[in-house]
Amino acid sequence: MMNCKEATALMSKQMDHPLILTERISLKFHLMMCSGCHNFNQHMHDLRDITQTYAKGKDQPEAKEIQRDPD
Amino acid sequence: MTQHDTTEHSLAAPAFLTELRLQMIKFANLQLQDQSLAEDAVQEALLAALKNAQAFNRRSALKTWVFAILKNKIADLLRKNVRYVSTDKLKGGQDMSDEELFDNLFNDKGRWHVQERPGKWKQPYTDMENSHFWRVFDVCLNCMPEKYGRLFMMREFLELSTSEICSNEDISVSSLNVTLYRARLRLRECLENRWFQKEATA
Repeated sequence: MMNCKEATALMSKQMDHPLILTERISLKFHLMMCSGCHNFNQHMHDLRDITQTYAKGKDQPEAKEIQRDPD
Repeated sequence: MTQHDTTEHSLAAPAFLTELRLQMIKFANLQLQDQSLAEDAVQEALLAALKNAQAFNRRSALKTWVFAILKNKIADLLRKNVRYVSTDKLKGGQDMSDEELFDNLFNDKGRWHVQERPGKWKQPYTDMENSHFWRVFDVCLNCMPEKYGRLFMMREFLELSTSEICSNEDISVSSLNVTLYRARLRLRECLENRWFQKEATA
């Protein structure tokens, strides 16, 4: 059974490489049961969006199409 | 230069250009680790962009474009495999070792400590309009070991492929994976502690 430390390493890895099937399945299973890791996974994508906006002109968020979370 | 260019809101306004140039140099320097090389790259990118400044009626559009040019220049320099950075310089001082970081985040079973469990980031993008958010982001980026910040930005901002980064830096894929993982872990933790949690309790 995968723990959170292992799951977070895989979530970072999948930002750079496709995971193999067994990794994908065990990660998916872990994420269904762990809200902390579920949030962490979203944060990996948020970090990418934030970083890409960062150097483009920090006070100009309209330079990029911003997807707002409706909730 | 037409009359239009000298208006307060024009792209050629000195204050706007000075600010833009500083942002660019800071960014280029983080990547290249060489002040004069960074200044040259920025100068070239700015000149190229300003030649066509008429085509941009909004400052944000020019900024996006000028950074795209700079990004290509930096990527070219890095691809040429000229290594400007001595390995000593990459070690970077840090207040917390990776081992301490892991111990702070995870218990001995590898599960999140209850108080460290990641929370929801409420509308993270709304905060991007806030200049204080970007100061916090700067601090978080700069308090990582230098190598982490640099490789993270190569991957996430310059969007170099992992194989390009590995060959430029002469490191293995697994070592890059480990570095990117630690960089993301630190950056996420720093933003959560210094920004998102504060927002939630404010």
